Amino acid sequence: MTGSYNLSHLKHLESESIHILREVAAEFRNPVLLYSVGKDSSVLVRLARKAFHPGAMPFPLMHVDTGYKFPEMYAFRDSFCREIGARLIVERNETWIGKGCHPLVEGVEACCGHLKTGALLDAIRKHGFDAAIGGARREEEKSRAKERVFSVRDAHGQWDPKNQRPELWDLYNPRIREGESVRAFPLSNWTELDIWQYIRAEGIPIVPIYFAQERLVLRRNGVLIPQMPGAAAEGAEMCLCRFRSLGCMPCTGAVESAAATLDEIIAEVAGARKSERENRIIDLTSDSSMEQKKKEGYF
Amino acid sequence: MDVEKSLLRIVTTGSVDDGKSTLMGRLLFETKSIFEDQFEAIRKTSAKRGQQDVDLSLLLDGLAAEREQAITIDVAYRYFETPTRKFIIADCPGHEQYTRNMVTGASTADCAIVLIDARNGVLTQSRRHGFILSLLQVPHVLVVVNKMDQAGFDPAVYRGIVKAYEAYARRLELRDLAFMPVSALQGDNVAARSDRMPWYEGPTLLQYLETLHVNPEQNLIDFRFPVQGVIRPGQDFRGFSGRIASGAIRPGEEILVLPSGRRSTVKAIETFDGDLPEAFAPQSVVLTLADEIDVSRGCMLVRPRNLPLVGNHLDAVLCWMDDAPLDPGTQYLLKHTTQTVKALVSKLVYRFDVNTLHRESAARLELNDLARVELQTTLPLFFDPYKLNRATGSFILIDPVSNRTVAAGMIRGQCAPPPGPKEAPPAQAHSPNTFARQANLPREAREARNGHGAAVLWFTGLSGAGKTTLGRALERALHQRGCQTTLLDGDSLRQGLCRDLGFSREDRTENIRRCGEVARLFFDSGHIVICTFISPIAKDRDSVRSLIAEGRFFEVHVDCPIEVCITRDPNGLYGNALTGKIRDFTGISADYEPPPAPEVLARTDRDPPERIVADLVRALERAALIPPGTPAP
Repeated sequence: MTGSYNLSHLKHLESESIHILREVAAEFRNPVLLYSVGKDSSVLVRLARKAFHPGAMPFPLMHVDTGYKFPEMYAFRDSFCREIGARLIVERNETWIGKGCHPLVEGVEACCGHLKTGALLDAIRKHGFDAAIGGARREEEKSRAKERVFSVRDAHGQWDPKNQRPELWDLYNPRIREGESVRAFPLSNWTELDIWQYIRAEGIPIVPIYFAQERLVLRRNGVLIPQMPGAAAEGAEMCLCRFRSLGCMPCTGAVESAAATLDEIIAEVAGARKSERENRIIDLTSDSSMEQKKKEGYF
Repeated sequence: MDVEKSLLRIVTTGSVDDGKSTLMGRLLFETKSIFEDQFEAIRKTSAKRGQQDVDLSLLLDGLAAEREQAITIDVAYRYFETPTRKFIIADCPGHEQYTRNMVTGASTADCAIVLIDARNGVLTQSRRHGFILSLLQVPHVLVVVNKMDQAGFDPAVYRGIVKAYEAYARRLELRDLAFMPVSALQGDNVAARSDRMPWYEGPTLLQYLETLHVNPEQNLIDFRFPVQGVIRPGQDFRGFSGRIASGAIRPGEEILVLPSGRRSTVKAIETFDGDLPEAFAPQSVVLTLADEIDVSRGCMLVRPRNLPLVGNHLDAVLCWMDDAPLDPGTQYLLKHTTQTVKALVSKLVYRFDVNTLHRESAARLELNDLARVELQTTLPLFFDPYKLNRATGSFILIDPVSNRTVAAGMIRGQCAPPPGPKEAPPAQAHSPNTFARQANLPREAREARNGHGAAVLWFTGLSGAGKTTLGRALERALHQRGCQTTLLDGDSLRQGLCRDLGFSREDRTENIRRCGEVARLFFDSGHIVICTFISPIAKDRDSVRSLIAEGRFFEVHVDCPIEVCITRDPNGLYGNALTGKIRDFTGISADYEPPPAPEVLARTDRDPPERIVADLVRALERAALIPPGTPAP
């Protein structure tokens, strides 16, 4: 026997995630991978390709599109999926998009409810998916810290945090009733820093707006709201900034940063004094807003 | 930044109010794993509640109900890292009603932290937790005596607790037990050495966690590879995916497939990043084999000279985790590695009183109970005792109706075979007052008188494939050689013993179960039993196999393309099936599951019956069940 039989923490996490992805593929009839175009999705897709190599991923990617994503995200999504030969499903809540649903009009919670949660649940029903693989991490948010790897949702997509199945060893219980579905979270044990280190180690492509650049923003309550050139609000200014996580344009703030390379981002994240979702308006509305949204079916 | 960090999984347990959340909050705070915005949020909440210090426990109680009741309900996972190591903490609630969560957290832990309140000493809960950690074989256990500030940093208090817990732990199987005095609230001995406890000379909590030997039990000897799936992108590639449960493997090494027993060698270890010269636990890989042999999900690849135990009668410890108690009549689903089988808890041997460690007889098993039990599974499992191998020695039970995970199980080993010539019957023991008796004359005595061994030849295949023709010819050949034979034919049994059964899946299963039991009676009487049944369901055939002694069951796949069977159609059945006059007809309106690894493959479309019969006779000769001789024509 030669060499060391110790795995680095990234290789441990990779192996665990691949095992979970293969369990999902083996135990469910019709799984789907929820692809949100962000860095976690990029890592998730890489892991899924690894899990079934040299075969193809045995499930499609699905992007639940609110219509409010950054133009760079749409461009990246389409070229990325074409390049890796993935089957991409795009689902939108056209009814509410048509009504012009907007966080500043309907309120952040109602807007998310229609365009994200509602669209996701409709899509799961429409395609008959029995498992949806998501890139959520337990470290992200305190209610997510209590999430299982295989998380059962009832026929209305709702999460019941007080009634979760115990989950032991690496034995995941895939059994559900008709109409129920499972959200599977292969990245449960990854942190933001792990994600960035893995992206660097593996050379995984990500949306360019994670890197710092001069951008037109409006400062509001310490959050930098990106502005569309030509439609900028009064008081908008140019600022060197980047996005730490990606969501919808009206609700995703940038952070001041000069980190223009992966090494710089990793150094910044490792020394970060604020949590990753600090710029996500959706989590800031109340003390348990994420838990509430998850109970309603948000993933 | 150094990416090559190691990973340590920790479980934390303690009674209510031992200050566990505060300790975890302190660890996160000291390792700068708490963010300003999170800290600000809990500072506000603490102030709102009129607390002077920032209540670090608020960081961990993620659910609204937990914050309202100021208790921890569910396991919460936390992450922090130091320059050399990443830590995953499963933070488990301490109250008794949530013990199942502790078992959950402990199942994957390398290290456990048991919190004891210095003022209260060793409570029932601390004992219970130690016992559970011992059952789950968590490699390292650290007892943290907390709230030393409120005990005046008195060494006598600390030493008293150490002594009491050590006395208790002597009766457990903890492999590595350490103690440490801290004050989580004020940070003493968490990250920085306390100058208020100079009498303590050991490491701080963070030092201890950072220097703990990871993977002390990494098992590199016993290669176990539960197959998760088959990767088959095209005709020229067939690989088996899985996560190595234990051991290591290299290309060129010989493997054996369970349950078929087929052997091959590893051709390559494939990954997205290229082939590997060697793979070891817990890597996820794809293995390709040198030979085209049947392998599917639920199979296990092992080394031919290092086999796990194989059996369907398990001796195990169960932790019951559901509100509904154990129902001895329910066939639960048992998930073990990548295999899910049905299982009946056939015997409740005893229940543990976790406070006294006494064993007590019990009629029921309820939420949070721990008990030693016996289980019968419908198909054999390939396992190791949990103590030797956590990955292949653990299982969960799932309720088939509620779908809930109702129990966690740790296998101790095979059950001792009950008195009698053979292992006990599987599944439903619905005749409560019957007893397995020692056979009057052992089979071996009958075999010695007959001059040949007993065996069961099980012919399976489509209607019209030639089972009956072959079975009858084989019986005549064996009879000529002086063998005791019995021929069991599907149609004959369906006209008598099984005339109450139809052709639904359930009825087919029951039909085969009865036929299997009859075959076993003749087998135990020393006969060579020839069975000709369509028997389309693989699991049904496997359960018959499990009734018969190892090496004595010959599955003969009578294989013939259905088009040929239709043209033969000896009884005009296909004609009626094709026009829908007969329903549930195998091959037409019901599935046939071909055996993945039959002992004999008989191709009746290709080979004449005489030749197949001669092959079968030779197979019995090779197995030394009948004496060698000139094969009958």
